[in-house]
Amino acid sequence: MKIIDKVFSKRNTVLLKQLVVTDFKLRYQDSVLGFAWSMLNPLFTFVVLYFVFDKFFGMGRMAGVEHYPVALLLGIILWNFFSEATSLGMGSIVGQGDLLRKINFPKYIIVISGTISSLINLLLSTVILFIFAVFNGVTFTWRVILLPINFLEMYAFALAIAFILGTLYVKFRDIGHIWGIIIQTWFYGTPIIYPLVMVDGFSHKISQAILLLPPAQIIEDARYNVVAQSYDTVWNYIGNPFIQIIPLLIVLALSVFAVFYFKKNSKYFAEEI
Amino acid sequence: MSKKSNQSADGTDLSKKANQSADFGESTKSTENAKTMIEVRDLYKSFKLPNEKASGVKQALTNFAKGVKGYTKQEVLRGINFEIKEGDFFGIVGRNGSGKSTLLKLLSQIYTPDSGSISVNGSLVPFIELGVGFNPELTGRQNVYMNGAMLGFSNKEVDDMYEEIVEFAELHDFMDQKLKNYSSGMQVRLAFSCAIRAKTDILILDEILAVGDEAFQRKCNEYFNMLKKDKKTVVLVTHSMDAVQTYCNKAILIQDGEIIEDKGVQEVAQKYRRLNESEDTEYEEETENELSNNYINLKATATSSEDLINIDINVEELERLEDPLLGFEIISDSNQRVFRWISDEKTKEILDFSKKSKFHFELQNIFPVGKYSLMIVVKSRDRSKTYGTVSPIANFQVKPTNSYQWDTLFHPIEKFEIK
Repeated sequence: MKIIDKVFSKRNTVLLKQLVVTDFKLRYQDSVLGFAWSMLNPLFTFVVLYFVFDKFFGMGRMAGVEHYPVALLLGIILWNFFSEATSLGMGSIVGQGDLLRKINFPKYIIVISGTISSLINLLLSTVILFIFAVFNGVTFTWRVILLPINFLEMYAFALAIAFILGTLYVKFRDIGHIWGIIIQTWFYGTPIIYPLVMVDGFSHKISQAILLLPPAQIIEDARYNVVAQSYDTVWNYIGNPFIQIIPLLIVLALSVFAVFYFKKNSKYFAEEI
Repeated sequence: MSKKSNQSADGTDLSKKANQSADFGESTKSTENAKTMIEVRDLYKSFKLPNEKASGVKQALTNFAKGVKGYTKQEVLRGINFEIKEGDFFGIVGRNGSGKSTLLKLLSQIYTPDSGSISVNGSLVPFIELGVGFNPELTGRQNVYMNGAMLGFSNKEVDDMYEEIVEFAELHDFMDQKLKNYSSGMQVRLAFSCAIRAKTDILILDEILAVGDEAFQRKCNEYFNMLKKDKKTVVLVTHSMDAVQTYCNKAILIQDGEIIEDKGVQEVAQKYRRLNESEDTEYEEETENELSNNYINLKATATSSEDLINIDINVEELERLEDPLLGFEIISDSNQRVFRWISDEKTKEILDFSKKSKFHFELQNIFPVGKYSLMIVVKSRDRSKTYGTVSPIANFQVKPTNSYQWDTLFHPIEKFEIK
């Protein structure tokens, strides 16, 4: 409790709020549509991918998955959040270097503020997702209320990576480019465009392995909870409970490591930037 | 607040000076019994300076493979010890690169010490720069809230003091304009206006007196006087010895990462001034110069010490000079003739360079601080023929001494008494 009080002290919360608000204002000032752009972006990605892969290649019908467009949109907004939060979090420390050299305040606030705008983005996109799902004829079950848990796990995973990347980026600017490549590759290594069953037809082992990485596990869980229970998740796809919890362990281990790694290095940010 | 500043604008300058000297007297008061606010023990800090641009994975890997460190270690602070008590106005003085800004950032917890300890007792707000968090793309209003957050104020608290801040900065009509459209003076005014709202036990100020026009300087002075009156604990880094002598009751002088003077404010100010003087290699303590022409070889040396200026002149005649005279002049760096001596006016002795050709002068060092040059002339006594003029043959400088008189041109008081 003491740690929570410290992390969310009055000064820290005010600072966090100011940083987030400033970030928003700076990003969308002088643009007519402003904040709408942050949602239009994934929507256009969705429209393009939907037409190419569903209408053109008939991927949804081919694999026989229910409500493929909704699943696709859900995958895109979650991935979009992951990619944006990690990239913004990575550059956040260096971006606020000027501030760090002049005043002492908890550095994690900077990284968190870098990821908050992506989180807001995710939540607003989710509203659009639900509207779209209704039109697509998705019947919701009680499991919808589990979606926040999926979001929480995704946020924890993204934040942990943001902490690590943000620290590395202070010393090695190459990380910026490397991460760009990783994110791009990882996108295709995650069942977002293609349904997992298509990989299963190719190799059962590979499709199981794909599910063990957190973004895939989270996206599939979210689809299971929101779109349809026919989606494979790590819980019903892999029998061994010890293997089932691997994605969760990864998130947990990475979070713990991120906290210690960041704490150890953040003392020297001001002089290293 | 702003009313006060308006009053001072129409001429309370003199009364302020009186205030300052009153503070000056007060500042010698001991604060030994007060609570310790900052305690610094055995503080060491070094920086790793990369040899080449080593901020790349490849560079780091090759350096690692070669066993090269890729950086040189620079020791910036080496064993700093001091204590600041509640109500102290503590000056940190030193030449550029001496480590004082690093020390300030360590006190502000922006940097982390290599070893040693800094214990801070109470809340601390650093002003390494005015307007921390100011963003040129935001409006004046937004920047006030941002800066307020940096100083630890909630939005509600900033709401309450917003009008005062704007009024004090005299920027009513500009608050909804972007900061980038402000003049630098306006930016400083806004930043200062926010800064003085900071509610804290300890204030750390770095060179903020160095910017701004006269009106701003006056506001700074007022603010400092207010801090002194409120018995705030203040750490001030500055190059202005006037500020140190006016406000500080304790001071340290840092050179090459070590404290070289911490006895008292006056001692620190003097030593700092002397440190700056000695950097001028152009004028040395002892200078020597020579002249030779068809008539004479002449060599002159001038040495200045705290009490005496020694001048040695050596003349060697190359042909027989009948009835010569020797004279010299001391000329100040503002080209004023400060002193002149001519042999036939000051001595009855007839000069004969073939017999006695060494002249030694000892002058009382009553010269004001400055640089001087020495001109020497050798003529025939009827002034009809000049055998040699040397201009300027030697230089010397008078440095600040322990007496307090050095900064005035004359110090004619022989005796004074209080009845």
